This record gives sequence, structure tokens and C-alpha cells, in this order.
Amino acid sequence: MSHEILLTQLLYGSAGLLFFLLGAWSFISHEPLWRKLIALNIMGAGVFHVLVAVAYRGLDTPPDPVPHALVLTGIVVAVSATALALAFGRRLDREAPEHASDAHGGVDDREDGTHA
Amino acid sequence: MSSSNPQALLIPLLLAAIGALLFWAFWSGLTGHEGERLAALALERVPESGASNPVTSVLLNFRAYDTLLELAVLLAALLGIWSLGPAAAPYQPAALLLDSLVGWVVPMLIIAGGYLLWIGGQAPGGAFQAGALLGAAGVTLALSGRPNAGLPGEAWLRVLAALGTLVFALVGLTLMGVGLGFLTYPPALAKWLILTIETGATLSIGATLAAAFLGGRPRTTRPAEP
Repeated sequence: MSHEILLTQLLYGSAGLLFFLLGAWSFISHEPLWRKLIALNIMGAGVFHVLVAVAYRGLDTPPDPVPHALVLTGIVVAVSATALALAFGRRLDREAPEHASDAHGGVDDREDGTHA
Repeated sequence: MSSSNPQALLIPLLLAAIGALLFWAFWSGLTGHEGERLAALALERVPESGASNPVTSVLLNFRAYDTLLELAVLLAALLGIWSLGPAAAPYQPAALLLDSLVGWVVPMLIIAGGYLLWIGGQAPGGAFQAGALLGAAGVTLALSGRPNAGLPGEAWLRVLAALGTLVFALVGLTLMGVGLGFLTYPPALAKWLILTIETGATLSIGATLAAAFLGGRPRTTRPAEP
């Protein structure tokens, strides 16, 4: 019984670790700010994945509530941190508009008026 | 990609090494322990925590400090966004079809948020899920062209954004003043204290997420609610 649980945890946890590494690779090797931001979010998703895998204790046992609580608050914090990073990116675009198209890739296109 | 050849090889190698280290840590975390884990301890004390949903017990009782600081992180992120500049230009007002859909979806999101907030005591749900739904309602309103995403004026928005942290800290300090520890709920009152904190937190999280989506300090246009 505990063998199956361990296998499930390893499978899901390793997928989370793989996610984390893919995000880290993308974060290091891509220059545009918004790609780095997406990569950071993928890294975060990997961490949440690992935590959920750790919480799993079999189908008939309730999961460990402590990692679940961490993931729950972590998601909301990650979203707000992403929003803050986007605000930073917009400010950077505004401060140096000539670099906006090549370096940052234009974090937000709403700057110039309303959407069509 | 602008990386030269040796870099392109070095980065994956380094990441593979980090991955192996992380996997080793994960493996020994899963297998290298004997005896009680935190889960058993937490689940055993759930009946005295004031919420029968274990996750809510952990969030609002056993690890209440953590949740308080996480609400403070949300508030700090919003303050950062506001200090970086004004909100982006609003979206174009939605056409009739989207507008009537929004008229349906937003009330449903608010009702679902209230339901999740209440059910969080006994079943999966709680302040963070309910707040996320309220935030989604705000995003929907913003996408359909409401310049303030359905949020109140700036003075009230400030109150709303700080409400979660404020209620949480006030409850903690009151309990400390009564002679219990900071955020140590008396079991008889725990349910109602948790519900009070969660209500404040839900409103705060919803308002913060919606205001964060606007991407800056609210513009001083008068709200043009339909």
C-alpha cells in the first residue's frame, strides 16, 4: 500500500521538479522580461506541484493539510507578485521606450490607449 | 536566443545537477523519516480549531501568523503597483452580447464567492478561493470596459485593501489584550473569530486582485456604473 503512495508521490513530485527546472532554464536563457516572468510562474507551479505531491497520503486517507494551506496562499501571493512585476515592466517601458520593443518585448500594450 | 555555444551547454548541465540535488532532497524527504508526521498532529487537533475543514484550520488557526503575513504581502504588492504609476487606459466598453453576459456572470461569481467563504469551515473553500472569485468578477468587469473594475472610489478602496490585514491584526491584538496569546483563539469563539477574519480577508483579496489587474493607481474619473 505504501509502495503505491510512494510511487504516486515520486511521479507527481518529479513532474513538479521537471517543471521547476524547465522554468529555471527559460528564466536564464531568455532575455525579454515577460518571458522571464512566465518562466518564474512555471517555476512556481512546479513548487506547488511538489508540495501537493508531498501532501498525498493515499486515496482513503485525508491529505496532509499543511502543504495544501501553503499552496493555497502561495497561489494568491504568486498572482499578486506577478502583477507587481508587470507594473515594474510597464514602468520600465515608459522610462525607456526606445528599448521597449527589443529588450522587454513590451510588457503591456494598453499604454497607448484603449483596445480595439 | 542570444547565448553563445559554451553557455548553451553549461546551463542545462548546471540545471541537471541542481535537478539531481533537488530529487535527492525530495526522495529523502519522502522516505527518510520514521514516526509521526505533522499531518497526524494537525488532523488530530482539527476538532478544537473552530473549523472542521483541516486546510482552513491550518490556514486560520495553526499557521495564522503565516496567513496574516501573506495578506500583508498582498497589501505590499498592491502598494508597489500603485506607487509605480497610474492605471492603464481602460478597455473599450463591451458590445451588447458581452455586456449582458457580464451582467449574468458577475452576480454569480459574487454568490459563489460568498458560498465558498461560508463552506470553507467544513469543506474545501475559504477566504483565498472566495477572494479569487471576487477578483475574477473585478477582472471581468474591467475587461468589459468598466474603468474601475467595479471597485469603489480610492478612499474606500484603500480601506478595502487593508481590511484583511487590519481585521486579522486587530483580532490578534485583542486576544493578546484579553490575556491569551497573539492569535490564540479560545475554542468557544474560534469559529466566529475565524469567520470574521475570513470575511475581511475575502473582501481584501478580491479588491486587491481586481485593483492589481488595473495595473496602477486608480484614475480619478468618476465611476460610470451602468
